[in-house]
Order: sequence, then C-alpha cells, then structure tokens
Amino acid sequence: MADTVSVPTPRPGAPAGRRRSPQARPHVRRDHRAALFFILPALLGFGVFYLWPTIRGVYLSFTDYSLLTPPAWSGVANYTKLIGDASFWRSLAVTLEYVVINIGVQTIVAIALAVLMHRLTRSSFLRGVLLLPYLVANVVVALVWYWMADYTLGVVNQFLGWIGFGPLGFFGEEHLVIPTIALVNVWRHMGYTALLIFAGLQAIPRSLYEAAAVDGSTEWRSFWRITLPLLRPVLAMVLVITVIGSFQIFDTVAVTTQGGPADASKVVYYYIFEKAFSQFDFGYASAMGVALIVILAGVSLFQLRLLRAGESDLS
Amino acid sequence: MIKKLPAAAGVALLSLALAACGGSSGGTASSGGKTTLSYWLWDANQQPAYQQCATDFQKANPNISVKITQLGWDDYWTKLTTGFVSGSAPDVFTNHLAKYPEFVTKRTILPIDDLVKQDKVDTGIYAEGLADLWVGADGKRYGLPKDWDTIAVFYNKKLTEKAGITDAQLKEMAWNPTDGGTYEKIIAKLTVDKNGKRGDEPGFDKSKVETYGLWLESSGNGLGQTQWSMYAVSNGWKFTDKNPWGSRYNYDDPKFQETITWWKSLIDKGYMPPLKATEGVAWNDMLSAGKAAMATNGSWMIGSVAGAKSDKFEPAFAPLPTGPSGTRMSMFNGLADSIYAGTKNKDAAWKWVKYLASPACQNVVGQHAVVFPAIPAAVEVAQKKFGEKGVDVEAFTVNVKDKTTFLFPITDHAAQIESIMKPAMDAVIGGTAPASSLSKANEQVNALFK
Repeated sequence: MADTVSVPTPRPGAPAGRRRSPQARPHVRRDHRAALFFILPALLGFGVFYLWPTIRGVYLSFTDYSLLTPPAWSGVANYTKLIGDASFWRSLAVTLEYVVINIGVQTIVAIALAVLMHRLTRSSFLRGVLLLPYLVANVVVALVWYWMADYTLGVVNQFLGWIGFGPLGFFGEEHLVIPTIALVNVWRHMGYTALLIFAGLQAIPRSLYEAAAVDGSTEWRSFWRITLPLLRPVLAMVLVITVIGSFQIFDTVAVTTQGGPADASKVVYYYIFEKAFSQFDFGYASAMGVALIVILAGVSLFQLRLLRAGESDLS
Repeated sequence: MIKKLPAAAGVALLSLALAACGGSSGGTASSGGKTTLSYWLWDANQQPAYQQCATDFQKANPNISVKITQLGWDDYWTKLTTGFVSGSAPDVFTNHLAKYPEFVTKRTILPIDDLVKQDKVDTGIYAEGLADLWVGADGKRYGLPKDWDTIAVFYNKKLTEKAGITDAQLKEMAWNPTDGGTYEKIIAKLTVDKNGKRGDEPGFDKSKVETYGLWLESSGNGLGQTQWSMYAVSNGWKFTDKNPWGSRYNYDDPKFQETITWWKSLIDKGYMPPLKATEGVAWNDMLSAGKAAMATNGSWMIGSVAGAKSDKFEPAFAPLPTGPSGTRMSMFNGLADSIYAGTKNKDAAWKWVKYLASPACQNVVGQHAVVFPAIPAAVEVAQKKFGEKGVDVEAFTVNVKDKTTFLFPITDHAAQIESIMKPAMDAVIGGTAPASSLSKANEQVNALFK
C-alpha cells in the first residue's frame, strides 16, 4: 500500500536542501532498474488486489449483478436509483454523525494525552498502557462494550445506578447508538492516535519551550502558541488517515446492533454490505462504493488544502 | 481501523475481494473409484449426530466418503453463495426455507423429482406439511426434510412457583388481543419490581422492574417467528395471500396490527422490557439470570437453556397460549438437505440425501436429542432421550400432535422484506411509531412483487 500523504519530519540541525554529488549521475539508470525490481512485488499486489478490483467495481456499478448470474449492463440505472434512495442518504448522514463524534473527541483526547506524555512524563510504561486498547481486536472491543453497556445487566448501567442515573439503552436507543459506537472506538484508538501525535511533538525543539518559559509564558499559552502551530503538519496527516478510517466504520456495527434499532446505526458500509451479501444486489452495492470513493476523495482533498499539510512552520 | 488513503478504494473492492476468495473447503474429489462428498451444516450441536450418520452411511457405501464441514450461520450463507460462483460449493448442504427460493430462481440447486420417482422414495413418511415446504414455485422438489422446529414458552420454574403459579395453569394459558386473557394475568403476576411488588398488585412501580414477566428477543422484524407470530396467527391473521409462494403480505390487516398493539402494551405496562434492553446480553442469559420469568422461543434453544440450570434457574417449557380462535398456533419451520446443481457426483449426492432423510439416519439424530427429526417415529426417540436428560419437551411436540401449526411463510424477496420490516417493527415496538404505520411498510413489501 503506497502512502500518498508524505509528511516531512522536520529535523532541526540537519542540512536544509538535498545536495546531489555530481558522481551520482551515471548510476541513475541502474538505480531505476533496481528500484523497479524492488517495487515489482508491491506493484503486483497493488494491481491484483486494488487496481483490477477497482476497475471491475466501476464496471459492475453499471450492471445488474446478482453474483449467481453474469452481470447484465444496465447503464446508469444504479446511479439514478442511488440519487433517489433515501436509505443511502440516511446511511451517509449516520456515518457522518459517527465520523464527527469519533474524530472530534478522539483528536482532542489524543492531543491532550500526547501533550501530557510530552510535557509531564517520559514513562514508557504509561505509553505502553495507553496503547493497550489498540492491541485488542476490534470485534472483541465491540462485544465487550456491547455487554458492559447492556441495559439490564451491564456494569456501565450498574455504575450509573449508583450515582443516581436511570439505566440507558446505549446500543438500543436511536439517539444514543451512534455516539456510543463512536466513543467505543475512541477508547480503542485514542492511545494509537496519541502516539502518532506524540511523535510529532518530539520534533518540536525543546529550546522553544525554554525560551518561552524565560519570557514568562505559561504552559497553557505555550501550548496554543508553540505546540499547536508546529504540530499542524503531523496533525494534518493524523486527521486524514483517521477520518478515512473513521468513515470505514463497519465491524463494530456488524457485531453489535447490525444497523438497528430502526436503522439508527445503519452506516453506509453496513448498508453496502447488506445490499451485496444479504440481498445479492452487487451492481447497486458497487455503485454505492464508487459514489463513496468520490465523496472520500473530496473530503481528503479538502482536508489537505485546509491544513496545508505540505508546509511546516519550522522552516 | 486506521488505513491509508488507497484503502478508500477498497469500498468498491469489498464485494469483489470477498467474492474472489470464496470457499475452497468445498469441492469434490474422486480418486481410485472412491468418491468424496462434501456436506455442510451450520449447527455445531447437530454435527455429532450427522457425523454418526456419515459413519453408518460409509459403512454401507464403502466407495463413498462424506466430509462434513460446519460453519457459523452468517459465514455459512456467504461462503455458500461464493461457492456457487466459484464452483466450489459443497455437493450436499443443509438448506433453510428463507434462503432456498433464491437458489431455485438462480438454478443453483437440483430438482430431485426424477430421483424421488426412480427410487420410489415415500415423501409421506414425514410430519405433515414438511415435505411440501420444499416444493418450489415451479412445482419441483428441491430437498428432503430432515427436522422441524416449533415455538413454546420457556420459563423459570423457581419464579413461577414463588408466584404461586402451577404448571397446570401454565399449560392452560389463553390469550386475546383485548385484555391479554389469563396469559397476561400470569405475565403480570410474574413481574416483580424492586420493592417486591408484583405487576398485578397496587403500587407496582413499572419504572423499577427487577424481573420481567416476559422477555422479548427483538422486535421480530417481518417474521416474528419467536416473538409475535403465534399470537397474530391465533388471532386469525395470515402472513400472505397463500403459502407457500404468496405474492401479497398482510401487515396492513387490523388483526395483525391489534396483536402488535397488545404486544407493545406489555412494554408500556412494565411487564416486558423495552426494546432497547434487547441490545446486549442475549434473552436466554436474561432468563437464566432471573431478569425474566418467561420467554417465547424455538425448540432449537432447548439444549442451551436446559443446560443453564442453576440454583436460581430451573428451566421448564409450557405450550403457547391459545388465541381467540381457541387453538394455540406455532410457526412450523423445517430444514432440508439440498444438492448443489454443479456437483460432479450427482448419484452419490442423491444417495446421501436419501440416507439423511431415511428412518435410519433420523433415528440416529433422534438419539442425540438436539433437534426433532422430520419422521414422527424418530421424534418419539428424541422425546424419550430428552426425557432421560430430565427435559420435558411436550410443549414443543403438542402443536405437531394437535396439528396446530402454520408454515413458515415462503416467498421471494425474503432479504429485501427483512430490510423493510426490521426498521418498521423496531419503530413500533420502540414506541416511535404507531402500529398503523405498518400499513405503509406493507405497501413497500408488496411493491417488491410487482
């Protein structure tokens, strides 16, 4: 898998611009051949598992395909259906709600954790502990929380009972189910996201903080004036990959509510899965997939533009 | 979940990638005159019984060997479908009524009429109606029945005794959609709040229920097999214009909607938990944990519920309540074994299907006492075996004996109907829409048949 988002890790003290020695020129051609040789396996995998399926997926989106009979060309019928399909737009809205809650909370919590790790403690034990939830399989995390948040027997509601709150149907109430699923995944991913941001923080020279402290800046002020601006390129990268990942929400829904109650948690991937694998409408499912690629590509472009990911304020 | 950008392309690939890596565990092989048949089933509890059948079958047919594969319910159908596409589906597999109409339309399973005729297989030996379920819309037969299931009331005898309700009372429950009859009275009495007040006592606090009289598994979607179908049908309602192969559903029928209104009223009265309580721990664990006194469910759950016996939980089974029609009505569902249309060993596959549906194998299945075999004599074997384990299963067999069953509604578009009816029923049972809203869902369902 190629990483299209490359973030320069600014390393102060290293020579600015790359200098090429004149002797290197004749080797370029041989380098190319060697490079190709090393890239080939990845390229092959990319072709077989990404490029070809994408092309075929786009083709299938213009057909009526039920898997058991050969695809029949149907023109733009799937796309016209898509525009008028209220369930699709609703599933997209549900997904968006999930992404906003998931990414919003996760990013804030992860920055807070990363800054605490950076400025407060250097303990690698704590860092390990923070990463623990990420080491547990997604499905296991989902099921454990599903039971812990049970309306009748769940420990979460037991605890709420002690502090005087009535039981809440975390996974069973229409207005709670998406926030619940979003927070479960925040719990799993915050440590990992924090670690990514932490790596970015380490690239900020300590001298800046020392200088700020000499000038009488508070920790709070330093955070807003030094940390956050210098963190921007890393934050942009983290946001792009977490937002894309967040849009892919599927497993947690599939093993817990399966889209319920009353379709309140039917996210777009679950809808596509349902159309394809339980109703065998692969043509329509492919059309939704293609539409989603377009939407996600737009979101990513927008994010990169907004955050000017290529530049760093350090240079 | 964190993936890099190109993974976004994976959306479109999802279908293909999964389709491409379909089942490789199926397929057939024949070498040296010996044929290897592949056979799939989804219920792990039944595997030992069918393994025994396979061993006996191999003894009688030394040139055939049967390889049994068990897969979980969800994987089962996905793998089967991809197997059909890649040509690696099993020769013979356990089939379900909700799934086989699709396979008939797509011609992935073999009609067996000629074979039945040629070998003079008597399809009259099975419990009434079971064999007919497997005759497709085209009039051809697509499987031989292997077992059946019915619905009954699962209850915790410790709690009914504490409430002073006798087993005789539980056997004679009567229900109607107006006031719920003696059935609702019993449900109310079995409901207990945090202060120990019962549902039929003054001062009962429905906001703090400790034990519910009746548990619900889900809203039941469009089928309500274990949730509401028994009430609606005993109220004179029919799922479809005809069964099997109906083309009009009747969710707009007042008889259906008044039944659902009554069922939902149990939640409002505090006798049954709200729908939100069904997300999380499963119904049978709620029953064994003493959070519910009764629950309606199917005979396939007998084993796991009976096995959960503890100091607090004494599992027992009562027949369904009788309805306004005067009879109790249970949905009657049955499984069958079907042959894959692409099998390279048609003769051997037919031999195995025939054996699975024969008294010899069905008695073996009965001996294992996990399900009820399709042949009545084998059911008696099973009933006796259940009895030896201390489990009285008469509540499940009574409907078959009295012929008070109705057949699982078989129509095309089962998956689409499910996706329309699930949110519609969730909304009604969850309390955000009235039962009359089901008429609109019914229109959507019937539009599928146009």
